[in-house]
Amino acid sequence: MHGRKRNAASKPEEDAASAAEALELRLLQSQFMSNHHQKIYTKEAIQLSAKLQEINPEAYTAWNYRKLAVEYNLDSADPSLVNSILDKELEVVENALKRNLKSYGAWYHRKWVLSKGQCSSLDKELQLLNKYQKLDDEIKKNLVLRNFHLWNYRRFVVELTKTSEQDELQHTTDMINDNFSNYSAWHNRSVLLSSLVAKKADGFMPKETIRREFDYVHNAIFTEEDDQSGWFYYLWLLDQTVKMETPLRASPWPSDGSNIILSGPGCFNGSSSKFTTYCSESGSFPLILYFDQAVSGVSSSTVTIDSELKSNEDLVWEPVPEKNSQVSCVWVARLKFDRTEPVKVKVSLGKSRGIVSSTGCNLITPYEFVFTVHIDDTVGESQEGIISWTDGFDSWDAQSSKDLNSLITLDQLEVDTGFEWRKQAIKIEIEQFRKLPDSKFGKLNLAKLLMAEETMISDDDAVKGVHYKEILQLYNDLMALDSWHDQYYKDEHSVALLRKVTSSTESLTRHLFRNRNMNSIVCLRLNNLTLSRIAALEKLLFVQMLDLSHNELHSAEGLEAMQLLCCLNLSHNRIKSFSALHSLRHLKQLRVLDVSHNHIGCKHPVDTTRYLCSSSFSNSGETGRKVPSKYRDTYLVLRDLMKLKQFDIRGNDLIAGEEFSSFVRQVVPTLVWLDGNKLAS
Amino acid sequence: MSDLPPYPPLDPSNYDLIVVGTGVSESVSAAAASSSGSSVLHLDPNPFYGSHFAALSLPDLTSFLHSNSVSPPPSSPPIPPSNSHELISVDLVHRSLYSSVEISSFDSEILEEHSRRFNVDLCGPRVVFCADESINLMLKSGANNYVEFKSIEASFVGDSSGELRNVPDSRAAIFKSKSLTLLEKNLLMKFFKLVQSQLAKSDDDTTTVKISEEDMESPFVDFLTKMRLPPNIKSIILYAIAMLDYDQDNMETCRHLLKTKEGIDRLALYIKSMGRFSNALGALIYPIYGQGELPQAFCRRAAVKGCVYVLRMPITALLLDKETGGYKGVRLASGQEIFSQKLILDPCINVGLESLSSLTDQQNETLRVLVPKAMINKEKIARGICVIRGSVKSDVSNALIVYPPKSLFPEQLTAIRVLQLGSGLAVCPADMHVLYFSTLCKNDDQGIKALLSAMGNLIRLPVPESDSVVENVTCEAKPLLLWRALYVQELVKGEFGGVISSMPSPDENLNYKETVESAVKLYEQIMGSEELFKEETSLENTTEENEGGVEIDEN
Repeated sequence: MHGRKRNAASKPEEDAASAAEALELRLLQSQFMSNHHQKIYTKEAIQLSAKLQEINPEAYTAWNYRKLAVEYNLDSADPSLVNSILDKELEVVENALKRNLKSYGAWYHRKWVLSKGQCSSLDKELQLLNKYQKLDDEIKKNLVLRNFHLWNYRRFVVELTKTSEQDELQHTTDMINDNFSNYSAWHNRSVLLSSLVAKKADGFMPKETIRREFDYVHNAIFTEEDDQSGWFYYLWLLDQTVKMETPLRASPWPSDGSNIILSGPGCFNGSSSKFTTYCSESGSFPLILYFDQAVSGVSSSTVTIDSELKSNEDLVWEPVPEKNSQVSCVWVARLKFDRTEPVKVKVSLGKSRGIVSSTGCNLITPYEFVFTVHIDDTVGESQEGIISWTDGFDSWDAQSSKDLNSLITLDQLEVDTGFEWRKQAIKIEIEQFRKLPDSKFGKLNLAKLLMAEETMISDDDAVKGVHYKEILQLYNDLMALDSWHDQYYKDEHSVALLRKVTSSTESLTRHLFRNRNMNSIVCLRLNNLTLSRIAALEKLLFVQMLDLSHNELHSAEGLEAMQLLCCLNLSHNRIKSFSALHSLRHLKQLRVLDVSHNHIGCKHPVDTTRYLCSSSFSNSGETGRKVPSKYRDTYLVLRDLMKLKQFDIRGNDLIAGEEFSSFVRQVVPTLVWLDGNKLAS
Repeated sequence: MSDLPPYPPLDPSNYDLIVVGTGVSESVSAAAASSSGSSVLHLDPNPFYGSHFAALSLPDLTSFLHSNSVSPPPSSPPIPPSNSHELISVDLVHRSLYSSVEISSFDSEILEEHSRRFNVDLCGPRVVFCADESINLMLKSGANNYVEFKSIEASFVGDSSGELRNVPDSRAAIFKSKSLTLLEKNLLMKFFKLVQSQLAKSDDDTTTVKISEEDMESPFVDFLTKMRLPPNIKSIILYAIAMLDYDQDNMETCRHLLKTKEGIDRLALYIKSMGRFSNALGALIYPIYGQGELPQAFCRRAAVKGCVYVLRMPITALLLDKETGGYKGVRLASGQEIFSQKLILDPCINVGLESLSSLTDQQNETLRVLVPKAMINKEKIARGICVIRGSVKSDVSNALIVYPPKSLFPEQLTAIRVLQLGSGLAVCPADMHVLYFSTLCKNDDQGIKALLSAMGNLIRLPVPESDSVVENVTCEAKPLLLWRALYVQELVKGEFGGVISSMPSPDENLNYKETVESAVKLYEQIMGSEELFKEETSLENTTEENEGGVEIDEN
């Protein structure tokens, strides 16, 4: 471990020696235990426990015994002896640490002794720590570079001695200058700087501090580009540059200035209007708020609706995916409508405080958006035909449409503070890392920086989107360069690709169609793009029909944000189980679902997505229905899809057969088409 | 030397080996021979150990340089070849290694007050690389018990601007360096890693050959260019890490164009030195009390093993067998004749040309290595010693400074090395430093000029020269010169002559690698022994070696 050499196999005489040692230890142990039980705290008894500890610093009971002994002796001792008693304890700890520098019990005991008021020797404590941290033996060095006991204790002592954070920062600098692979020192540096910046200490304004630290950590990264310690620190810095004070941003549906048509049940009459048609069967339609950070506090008191529609005063806002959760990125409310003439709806948020992001960002500037609802009350024939993913698509020029979503920065006030220098800092970093063209880490970092800059310039139409080509190329290079982390690069590539596609109306238009067979609803086709992950959902809230076929998706995670989805094609992907489709159960409008030609039910029963997904199976367990355990996951997804009419699961590994079909029909009574066959009613 | 107290006659008068001179090579031979059980007589004409490797007080150094710079007149009226027995005696002459000796004192009062507190090296600048063969030999022989070392804290590269930049010779140094750009840091570290992986490559592992055979045979300087290293880094690697002397970019003046293979070896020595002893600050260490401690340590080792020592005892003549012409023994200055199987001599001892004419061919053959060679176009080494008040770099006491070729002035053909040592090494009084300078040269003037240029870059003369008024502002920061010695030393190679062998003079290198290696080789030729200090390795020193071997004082 950590470069330690394996010891040669022990010789017989060594075995004998260790057996003798064990015998001695056992003897000590039993003597000690009897002392402990009889509460004997004589000098000899304490001596005995010290000896035990020297051999075995992990003996917790012995440490506790010492605490009792100290308490006992302090009570009866002359005040002048207090220091000598405590000093003795520190000595015992030091001896124990000689045996094991990573002994929890020993370090804890030391803290306890200090808390007894032994503060006269605190400087000595720092000296001791410095001694440990400068151990030069190679093995011990590893023990020190990765020893959080030492650093934790150091922070404890520093607090007691009231050593200034600036001095401690200098200490980390010294340690790093000595060997910059000291992850603990870098970490402590980040802790100290966070505190200094938060306090607005002299010389630690964010702008200067971040620039200075970037310059410092460059030395580590450029000197040895595959040393992780520097990179960890770098990523922390990058995070501080991009995220600090970033205002909350949101994307609503319907979007500001848009027109939507609500059509009656089963109404697919082929409207050619430019407006988004939303098919509503329950006399209501969803209002969606997507935030770029998880927020809490979305309710009828923080979001007000101003319209002629009645009975919408007490809208219930529900977080997606988890109803019980207090924070979420996606919030949905169902707006009831009772009119036949067009109605303007104004939604305002931020009038009263209460919407707070998980990073503590409080929405204070009011934001409002207005949309118009048209009612199309022609009752069409209810849709019974099978929906095809291959034909019926007309291209759609969305340029003039106001339906497309975009992220809107909610707190305009905060935008200006520091935004410019942060952008500038990222620019400088990009320039730096263009100089490391052959390095894996350099490429990855450059891609991350470019992505960060894209996020920062996303409001600027003139320059936005300029980096995507380069980012995609970088990830392609990385996949070839470092096949070990292929999947990670693929995921990042997918994210970048989706951001690219959604970066402008123009590029999004290439993937947007209207489906003739489905009441001309808007269909987004993202097939054949080697996507392995879904992203940029805030721009896609309006989508009702989504084609993700022929990609490399492992999971449907994230799709729950697209609350309007009624048709979804996930065929020809790499989904391995129904638990990977778990997020689909939140898509209440889903009528058509194609998961054919995946690997669902494949032979590897260990399904890691089960542990990764946020879903909690215990909650959804109260089924009330007898479900065969092998179909449990299937059941948990399908039972909530109350409108599902068409379902395709052909070409998967194991699931097939009459038994399964009848199970599906049982769970989804609305189903009309299964695997391309019309079901007998 | 005439008032030497009379020596009692030596007893016995017959030895396996007589060694004359107590330089490093001679002392290693004496120690090795004694420890292998030979009877050895070790003589030195001087009253101190070390010969040309000695560390001396300022007056002793002055008189040694002066007495060795001009050929002394024939000591006594030449004794006619004695025909008393079957022996013929051949008179020896002293060859002087030094020329252009110039010693100036700028503050005699202070220096006289402290004169005995100086231990100034004759063969400076010289340090020990931790992974040097000399350290191995000390550990093997047990001589390490008699010497203590301290680290050279820093090494710098200088130029005509007077600025001293740290040599980025380790990972931490590259990280900290303020003079390298980020990209240079990247390239340099990559290069070091390449060298390291080349070194780590074991013979059975053929998969990770990093440097091609073709590259290994190409000039090192070309290889560095191929590795995309910019000129400033190339210069640091060539002159401040590989410690080369000649300008590798100048084919006309470069007498030794280093191959990549040799370059990697030199870097390997440096890199191994960095990591050898955990309590050393860097690659270089220096013996407390000066270089003289090293030969002395080997002498002590030899004495423990039974070697007989006589100082202040020159030899005046060689004794040859009249009939066979073979070597028999030597005549001491005391007049006593001592006999031995073999003889090892200091490089200064030669045979007078005039005495050769009367000898037979066999006799001439025996004396072959003692006949002075014609010095045609031979390089010399210019050395300089300065005693200064203060330090050339604040916060640093013991430091190495390298001026690569052309860095000080356009005609500078070879690198100039400077070693500053402080009172911590017990070589001078506190608040002073001793500086050693050296550079290879074709002639005395060229060498002295280069040294003066480097000195002017670092040191302020006490009396401002009339034409240096302009520089007054920058001069203020420079340390003040108290004493200076300039001299040029001849480079004499060691030679194996069967029974009589001649040892080399101090070489031009910064370390002892070549000195010790050639001494070992020569010794093995002379004694036919397979390995030096074989018996010592087995028992007494193994534990010490495990613990790091040599004593390095950390303060």
